[in-house]
Amino acid sequence: MTSFSQDITHHISEPLLAAYAAGSLDWHYSLVVAAHVSMCDECRARLNAHEAAGGAVMECSMEQDISADCKSDVMSMLDSPAKPDAPVYSKSGVFPAPVMAALKGKPPKWKAVGFGVRQSILHSDASGSVRLLYIPAGEAVPEHGHRGIELTLVLQGSFSDETGRFGVGDVEIAGDDLDHAPIADKGEACICLAATGAPLRFHSLIPRIFQPIFRI
Amino acid sequence: MLTLDQIKTKDLEGAQIAPAGVVSSKDKRAVVAKGYSDQTGWMIAVRDARDKAAFGLLFDYYAPRLKGFVMRSGTGNAQAEEIVQDVMLTVWRKAHLFDPQRAQVSSWIYQVARNRQIDIIRRESRPVPEELKPPDSTDEDASQIIALDQEAQQLRQALARLKPGQREMVEKAYLGDLTHAEIKAETGLPLGTIKSRIRLGLEKLRHELKDLRSP
Repeated sequence: MTSFSQDITHHISEPLLAAYAAGSLDWHYSLVVAAHVSMCDECRARLNAHEAAGGAVMECSMEQDISADCKSDVMSMLDSPAKPDAPVYSKSGVFPAPVMAALKGKPPKWKAVGFGVRQSILHSDASGSVRLLYIPAGEAVPEHGHRGIELTLVLQGSFSDETGRFGVGDVEIAGDDLDHAPIADKGEACICLAATGAPLRFHSLIPRIFQPIFRI
Repeated sequence: MLTLDQIKTKDLEGAQIAPAGVVSSKDKRAVVAKGYSDQTGWMIAVRDARDKAAFGLLFDYYAPRLKGFVMRSGTGNAQAEEIVQDVMLTVWRKAHLFDPQRAQVSSWIYQVARNRQIDIIRRESRPVPEELKPPDSTDEDASQIIALDQEAQQLRQALARLKPGQREMVEKAYLGDLTHAEIKAETGLPLGTIKSRIRLGLEKLRHELKDLRSP
């Protein structure tokens, strides 16, 4: 793990880390941040720094009086049994721990989307979606519109587009203004974790009917 | 760089005096001798000795601050107390995960509070990074713990020195009241001030992480 941590050149931006630390980042982007941090010592250290800043803000908050019951309730519950902890997942193959947690420990269910490309949607709601993409070496990522930023983390292989080359652990942060055509590099198939904002809204009726089916 | 003795004296000068006899005198002596902040000492006593008196002190210190923190976001009094109860109970139950070499107490409680709030609102676990090696209390590096305590204190001082408008933006950002886009638009001002502190701590943390990472 440490070996490729040194090779990561495309990191999570400071505002994204701050938003993640503060809990204001949507779930699908949070998964990419958590996955990248699992692979990248530098971003883990930077996230720790943001959490320390958050802790300072909390500790310096204006104190509010606590009712007597509030404390006695907590003290009386210290010995009562806690609900069992949620299972903890660890890294498996190319998938970092937070991705394994999103998969609930099971292998991804791949669905073909054409040209040998496969995807496995991990989460999708009104605010956006996050999916695993499998792109055969030399193939292009299918054209996809997205609203808001798109975060793409490489888990295996690499891809290139007009902004550069992205290897294992690298994350591409693409604004909705970036019209890019990523292509998986030759050699190994590329597996990515990609999160986008809310799906594009089509104005005509027919694509709107098909949109939920294709989940584009 | 302050020597351990200087830090000890400095910390003791500013230390809040715990009511006598609440934390067992043996625990307290051990913690004072190491020069940890009171809060770190209490948290370690909770973790290692399941010390309820120490937890009571931790509660008295953090609960009013945590309540003030969540009420800043517009949470009402009753709900704020529920959140405080939930977070402090989680602090007690997950104390075995507290690693003072990686996070100062306030930073750790902040993380617990963020995770709990999101888990409750979404009824779905917030994605979190893979845990590094679990803490090993028998082999803790006191100088590293003191350094993090010190850094937390410096961050609070840096926050206090910000101009009111800047401070408000930093507070809003870490309260979770700003979207990513809003934080991005604001980085020029307030985050920049905190950033120098972040950068100073970065190299040290990176070095530390290299050693801490499980093989």
